[in-house]
Amino acid sequence: MSTAAKPRLAVYKFASCDGCQLSLLDCEDELLAVAGAVEIAYFVEARRQTLAGPYDITLVEGSVTTEEEIERIKEVRRQSRFLVAIGACATAGGIQSLRNWIDVNDYVNTVYATPEYIDTLATSKPISDYVEVDFELRGCPISKYQLLELVTSLLIGRLPHLPSHSVCQECKARGTVCVTVAQGIPCLGPVTLGGCWAICPAFNRGCYGCFGPVEDGNPIALGEQFMALGQTGAQVSRAFRGFNGYAPVFRQASEYFEDK
Amino acid sequence: MAENLPSPGEQVVIAKPALQSVFKALDSAGYTLIAPVLRNEAIIYDEVSSVDELPIGWTAETGPGHYRLEQRGDESFFGFPAGPSTWKGYLYPSRLKLFSVSKNGGGYQTVPNQDVSPSYAFIGVRACELAAIAIQDRVFIEGPFQDPHYEARREKAFILAVNCTEPGETCFCASMGAGPRCTQAFDLALTELRDAFVIEIGSPLGARMLLDVEWSFAGALELGRADQKITDAENQMGRTLDTSDLPGLLYDNLEHPRWDDVAERCLSCTNCTLVCPTCFCSDMKDISDLTGANTERVRVWDSCFNPDFSYVHGGHLRPNIRARYRQWLTHKLASWIDQFGTSGCVGCGRCITWCPVGIDLTEEIAAIRDEA
Ligand code: SF4
Ligand code: SF4
Ligand code: SF4
Ligand code: SF4
Repeated sequence: MSTAAKPRLAVYKFASCDGCQLSLLDCEDELLAVAGAVEIAYFVEARRQTLAGPYDITLVEGSVTTEEEIERIKEVRRQSRFLVAIGACATAGGIQSLRNWIDVNDYVNTVYATPEYIDTLATSKPISDYVEVDFELRGCPISKYQLLELVTSLLIGRLPHLPSHSVCQECKARGTVCVTVAQGIPCLGPVTLGGCWAICPAFNRGCYGCFGPVEDGNPIALGEQFMALGQTGAQVSRAFRGFNGYAPVFRQASEYFEDK
Repeated sequence: MAENLPSPGEQVVIAKPALQSVFKALDSAGYTLIAPVLRNEAIIYDEVSSVDELPIGWTAETGPGHYRLEQRGDESFFGFPAGPSTWKGYLYPSRLKLFSVSKNGGGYQTVPNQDVSPSYAFIGVRACELAAIAIQDRVFIEGPFQDPHYEARREKAFILAVNCTEPGETCFCASMGAGPRCTQAFDLALTELRDAFVIEIGSPLGARMLLDVEWSFAGALELGRADQKITDAENQMGRTLDTSDLPGLLYDNLEHPRWDDVAERCLSCTNCTLVCPTCFCSDMKDISDLTGANTERVRVWDSCFNPDFSYVHGGHLRPNIRARYRQWLTHKLASWIDQFGTSGCVGCGRCITWCPVGIDLTEEIAAIRDEA
């Protein structure tokens, strides 16, 4: 395949921690193959040279939190044939969307020495609130296997095979004993999309919901069970209000339990 | 030497420590021993080499959505109810490569999975689990299509069964006619007494594993004691299920309000189907490299609680939890009978214990029956 024919890949960052972009660099064994299969046109974390758009595949990390970012994401969209939002920030607003429930100026005044330098929106919202997104990869951070699968599927021209099941299915597939049933530890796994290979229960912790809500789950019933295990409504509310707390299903659950 | 061995159908007594010699014989015969062990706050199945690894002196308290290890205060080897593991996990692994395909000039080359299937010796198989294996045999071997991977593992498997003397709070195998007495397809079946094991010989292969063991024929006293323990177990089932005309009951109540009720509680998390020793559903994944030149087809466990399970062109056949729970229960207890001639449930209670919200199928059936 000649260089000119290679699809052009761009990686953009918005309000985020960089962990998801790092998943691409974390592909170690497969990184050279990826670099051989696509032209890395814009990826400032990995390559000094930056090439102007348009791009065939654009990975967007991070949430939108400033006016400047609103304009930037619109431009990125214009330059991109296939735009993929990656990670909890880009797909749900991230942990920084905790601000969405309070007055952002309270945070600004508490956190920054010179709050007047801060120019920010009142909310942290996902990319899809501002532009059309072609695909989303969930996770905090995303799974490198899913990223590779996505790139592979785009190169080959087929649908990506990504999990649509709960974290529980992965616990059972790998033989992890359920921490909720055997130890009474609250776990978001039953309402969380799989993809992490159920890593937290395997290390004897409840799931934190990194991959966001599973399709058609039942978070209210799970929250009731947390309360039956001895949690307060406020604790249940906080459990849902994590990295994906502003994803609509978790948001509703966190608000439902807030005053229970 | 061989003429000195007991024959199938005969019952012998061995001292408890002598079980180690049976383990050794199995190991020498090339088996990988899988047995109950204490791990991660539960009694699960895993590879062992010595009887010391058995959860001696341990049991578990079970209930809906509840499982807690407990010390028994005695030295029982098998004094616990079934845990979260199943033998299905070994005969029908959660992930299995079926074949790979590579681009080859203008065409394709397909290479089947040629891994030699493992030879397992399953230690401590309960009556309900024997019944579950028999059900999966019908599905994977005895039907019009055979699963060669299941068949190879199954044919090689050595089964050391254990008559259940410790049913759990969620057990109802007696209602399902599946236990607690082991009556079918084992190589050896053991009943634990306080200071000895009574062993029923199920096959000549089983008898051969006693070659280096000091045994004597069981006398009336030992046989009586063993029998009493199993009868006691039968009377200590934590639950019962009225099985009379379950297909009729369920098919006549497909719009029963109880389905709405359970849909409010059910998480659609898949746990019940994956811990069930008879559920057999799977999905196929094609895993290709970046160039698309090499692809592997992998079979993975699936569940009717996954929305994608019943997604077809145009939408979801079972678009909500109500429809999915109803599918599970009617398949287990009704349409399984139409399909395979037996119930899909052996009453092991796992789906009750390992449901994170403790949904109990015996209670759901009772509710539908009461209000039918
Ligand atoms: S530990 Fe959590 S994710 Fe795993 S089976 Fe239990 S509830 Fe589900
Ligand atoms: S349906 Fe439940 S009780 Fe019946 S065999 Fe399956 S897991 Fe056991
Ligand atoms: S109950 Fe569901 S998962 Fe189990 S065998 Fe039936 S369709 Fe498959
Ligand atoms: S019945 Fe329980 S284990 Fe089964 S899907 Fe519903 S919540 Fe999960």
